[in-house]
Amino acid sequence: MTHRTPPTGSPAVPEAAGHLLRQMLRVRRLEEQCVELYSAARIRGFLHVYIGEEAVAAGVMSALGPEDAVVATYREHGHALLRGVSAGVILAEMYGHVQGCCRGRGGSMHLFDAATHFYGGNAIVAGGLPLAVGMALADRMAGRARVTACFFGEGAAAEGEFHESLNLAALWRLPVLFCCENNLYAMGTALARSQSQTDLALKAAAYELPAWSVDGMDVLAVEESARRAVDAVRAGGGPHFLELRTYRFRAHSMFDPERYRDKAEVARWTERDPILSLRRSLEATGRFSEDDWNALDREVAAEMEAAVRFAEAGAPEPLDDLQRFVYSER
Amino acid sequence: METTYREAMRTAIREALLQDDRVFLMGEDVGAYGGCFAVSLGLFEEFGPERVRDTPLSESAFVGAGIGAALNGMRPIVEIMTVNFSLLALDQIVNNAATLLHMSGGQFNVPLVIRMTTGAGRQLGAQHSHSLEGWFAHVPGLRILTPATVEDARGMLWTALEDPDPVLIFEHGSLYNLSGELAEDAGPVDIHAAAVRREGGDVSLITYGGTLPLTLEAADRLAAEGIEAEVLDLRTLRPLDDAAILATVVKTHRAVVVDEGWRSGSLSAEISARITESAFYELDAPVARVCSAEVPIPYARDLELAALPSAERVVAAAREAVGGGG
Ligand SMILES: Cc1ncc(C[n+]2csc(CCOP(=O)(O)OP(=O)(O)O)c2C)c(N)n1
Ligand SMILES: [Mg+2]
Repeated sequence: MTHRTPPTGSPAVPEAAGHLLRQMLRVRRLEEQCVELYSAARIRGFLHVYIGEEAVAAGVMSALGPEDAVVATYREHGHALLRGVSAGVILAEMYGHVQGCCRGRGGSMHLFDAATHFYGGNAIVAGGLPLAVGMALADRMAGRARVTACFFGEGAAAEGEFHESLNLAALWRLPVLFCCENNLYAMGTALARSQSQTDLALKAAAYELPAWSVDGMDVLAVEESARRAVDAVRAGGGPHFLELRTYRFRAHSMFDPERYRDKAEVARWTERDPILSLRRSLEATGRFSEDDWNALDREVAAEMEAAVRFAEAGAPEPLDDLQRFVYSER
Repeated sequence: METTYREAMRTAIREALLQDDRVFLMGEDVGAYGGCFAVSLGLFEEFGPERVRDTPLSESAFVGAGIGAALNGMRPIVEIMTVNFSLLALDQIVNNAATLLHMSGGQFNVPLVIRMTTGAGRQLGAQHSHSLEGWFAHVPGLRILTPATVEDARGMLWTALEDPDPVLIFEHGSLYNLSGELAEDAGPVDIHAAAVRREGGDVSLITYGGTLPLTLEAADRLAAEGIEAEVLDLRTLRPLDDAAILATVVKTHRAVVVDEGWRSGSLSAEISARITESAFYELDAPVARVCSAEVPIPYARDLELAALPSAERVVAAAREAVGGGG
């Protein structure tokens, strides 16, 4: 018996496609803004952008319900935004302002938001997987029909925590959706230089959980697969694993001179830009025009301008508060 | 010759690779990427993927593999990107590297060098900013080095490689761009003795690693006020150079320990305890400590700065020790 479900192709452009296009564009514009603000030294620390990978977060998030939980990595601005954290609050966090979602204590790599069940923002590779397993364990024990979606890069598959977590989740049939964002590189290390088995769905399937690969540059395919997997997890089908094949168009972080890949490879992938691809296929249906695109673009640009204004208007936390939140305030 | 801490470290690694074919460098992104802090830049091209070996994100496995290779005749230099990720390899370091010699009744030694970055100051938040070298200094069987100058960045590695037992080298992230004069013929240095970086008779400022520069700055400011501070760079956190600590305290009768680690259960606590154990009647003031605030290091600039030791705080502590003494 195989645990690998073959992916089904993209369905014909559904109504929801307009929404997905908008969501991807919001992530793109937010992060373009972040890069600019980083260059202007308004944002500091490490900044990892998701540009090129937007279809993954957009597709998976739209398959989740409002009560579901999300665990993510340090490359999580888009996940937080699409989960419902406002762009202004995200930027304020990166400014280190108290108006940020973590009062400026977390920064770009550690966005958390209780209201949207967004459990971070983990900057230890594979550190989020055991956490997701435990979240799901609690849901199962409490009888809640909630799904925990856990995002991580393909680099995490080399860590022991990946293997220990998949095994535990499958052994206990816990409601986790593992979302492996395979962008082919962990910093400068290509997948083929770090894994003896580069088929990550096959690797995951060794733990006896349904696992399959999805074209992560096709938001409709991601959404469709995520929906199937989320439904199955919620129905008690145990953990599922999606390998989302994608690519990061930009450097790993703001400090990466990209010695490890050539420009031609990047150029080949940018031709598959998930936003451009969806825009083109929507235009091909005749139901989406250039004017529609321009209107959307203006609307998103206005959202981001307002977000920057919000972040700029904020202020750092008073130093007297330094010692807070080490222990709970009762 | 003017050089940087980063270049000095690279020169040391290169020299080791050239001089001993049992030596190899292994870690995450040490090769094709050029090293996450560019320490190993160019070595992959020069020595190839066998001897400058990129590893998957598997800290426990590749540190453990370093231990195994060391047991079996090699002289590995294992690089862990930062001390924060060394926690994934803590088991291998503490339960294997540090114990094998003893458990085997002296039969199996582990001639392994592990290098890693430590420390805060770059707004990297609570999972990338901690100073945990004090934890490792707790463990018998390990030798802990904290080069704080370009000479030590250049010279400690070779001596560490000659040590028959596991040596951990902590490189504070804020030091890589430190520049300084290095003699053309600079080479291996001893890794046993602490070093007096500045002489003075009024108060001893005892520190190591990333806080040496700010401690020296504090000493300059104190001198302007007429207080002559002696600055002792510990260099090695385990085993501690008790004689050097004692000597400076006997000379100045006052001590301020500066340590970026947290205060509770820390290296600074250990040094303070040793001073009171062996030089209590020499002291004219209580031993003072300047450490990081007891919080996970926050991202926001002002909060991070407020959490870390600073020259101002060292100056204030030294003034109090001098003014408050007998
Ligand atoms: C345990 C651990 N080791 C090393 C690092 C340093 N590091 C940060 S991101 C990264 C690459 C991770 O790659 P991947 O999981 O594929 O995610 P991506 O960055 O591609 O999204 C590395 C090595 C870390 N944060 N945690
Ligand atoms: Mg990756």
